[in-house]
Amino acid sequence: MQLFLALMIGAFIGGVAGYLGTLMLSQRMALVAGPLGHLTLPGVALALIFGFDVSLGAFPFVILGIVLIWLFEMRTGLPMEALTAIVFASGVAITFLFLPSEEETTALIGNMSQISIGVTIMTLILSLIIFFATKIIYSKMVLASISEDFDKVEGIDLRKYNLVYLVCIALMVALGVRIVGSLMTAALVAIPACTSRNLSKNLVQYSYMGLISGSLACVLGILGSDFTGIPTGPLIIITSALFFLISLIFKK
Amino acid sequence: MSKEILAVKNLNVTLDEEEIIKDLSFEVKEGEVLIILGPNGAGKTTLLRTLVGLLPYEGEIRWATRNISYLPPQELFQRKALPPLSIEEFFKFKRVSSAQILEILDSVGLDSSILKKRFGTLSTGQFQRMIIAWALVSEPSVLLFDEPTAGIDIGGQETIYSLLHKFWSKGNLTILLVTHDLDIVWEHANNVLCLNKKMLCYGKPREILTPEGLEELYGAGIKFYEHTHR
Repeated sequence: MQLFLALMIGAFIGGVAGYLGTLMLSQRMALVAGPLGHLTLPGVALALIFGFDVSLGAFPFVILGIVLIWLFEMRTGLPMEALTAIVFASGVAITFLFLPSEEETTALIGNMSQISIGVTIMTLILSLIIFFATKIIYSKMVLASISEDFDKVEGIDLRKYNLVYLVCIALMVALGVRIVGSLMTAALVAIPACTSRNLSKNLVQYSYMGLISGSLACVLGILGSDFTGIPTGPLIIITSALFFLISLIFKK
Repeated sequence: MSKEILAVKNLNVTLDEEEIIKDLSFEVKEGEVLIILGPNGAGKTTLLRTLVGLLPYEGEIRWATRNISYLPPQELFQRKALPPLSIEEFFKFKRVSSAQILEILDSVGLDSSILKKRFGTLSTGQFQRMIIAWALVSEPSVLLFDEPTAGIDIGGQETIYSLLHKFWSKGNLTILLVTHDLDIVWEHANNVLCLNKKMLCYGKPREILTPEGLEELYGAGIKFYEHTHR
């Protein structure tokens, strides 16, 4: 039963992360999930200490991190990437002031050993929400990446789309920390997207191949972990990286 | 007498506290080709972007139609480093039927095999034909086009202008075009608007494109050749 729940969660989070990742790669934001994942650490640590759900702990900290970066940018005009470094590194450092050492591995590389039906259902619902929200904004965001003027002429408010996009990313990161921990969330979005980019000829293929390879890597990683006893998070990422290597052979 | 499709009155555009367009007024009639001339930094791109509602302004812009197509200048286009978008998918953004797409591609001299190609892989010539087809596939009443021939060789430039001329002569298409190419002005323009922050001249090419007028617009040293053979 535990394995079944883990597979369900993995398939959904991996799939939606891969799908959203294809959009993030096209906006050159694939790496953003990395620092955002690190930002969740204090929340994940609190969740582990007080025994509530890690995604629940992670989400407010991603949002807090994004707001802080945005505020610092407004105040200083410094480049976003530099401010992100300040915020996420501080988050990680603060976490280690109070995170018990026996929980470190779970916080850093994820843990899928104890999953309730409630968590599974919540994860599936949130994954579907992220998927459909991304699907709605997808084509307009791609059109904007060719020229923002196209969208604006059609009266599309790109700020609204960007907000939906950021919320999707934040939610996805909060869900992702459960399965790969806060260290490797970037890989969850970046690798399937790159694999798909190598294999696809058009946008539809590209987005869905990201979804499929992300989902499949999670399922195989979880099965492999069940079989070998190696932690799930690293196995998922290694599987995903293997897919990428294979895609190089078939690169279009 | 054809009806007025655009009226601009006392238009002022200020961006980052810099005055880009000052007290500009002009009108465009249906089916007219208006060419906007001016040196770099004169506010030509700003004018087109303001007309389609992309920039804040003071004054009055009144369109008699909502069916407007706008193509930004090359530098506002991202052609590389995009996701693998096919040309077919690019046309689908316009919400038109496949039959319409094939018809318009045919009329710009492209065949259906281009639909499967990726956006970033077209040659410059193919891209220009394709983008004209894309702009016109939804049958707009007005096309605003910003330096369509920048970076294209002479043969390619002629193709673009003859394509535009072909669509224009078929119906009531109104065209507002930014260009540096004076040849095109002589050949195709009904009216010319010379812009250098404020309007320097406005009227028929033959009346206003005098050596003195061009010197005022572009500064001294510009060579002047009137085309008398047409």
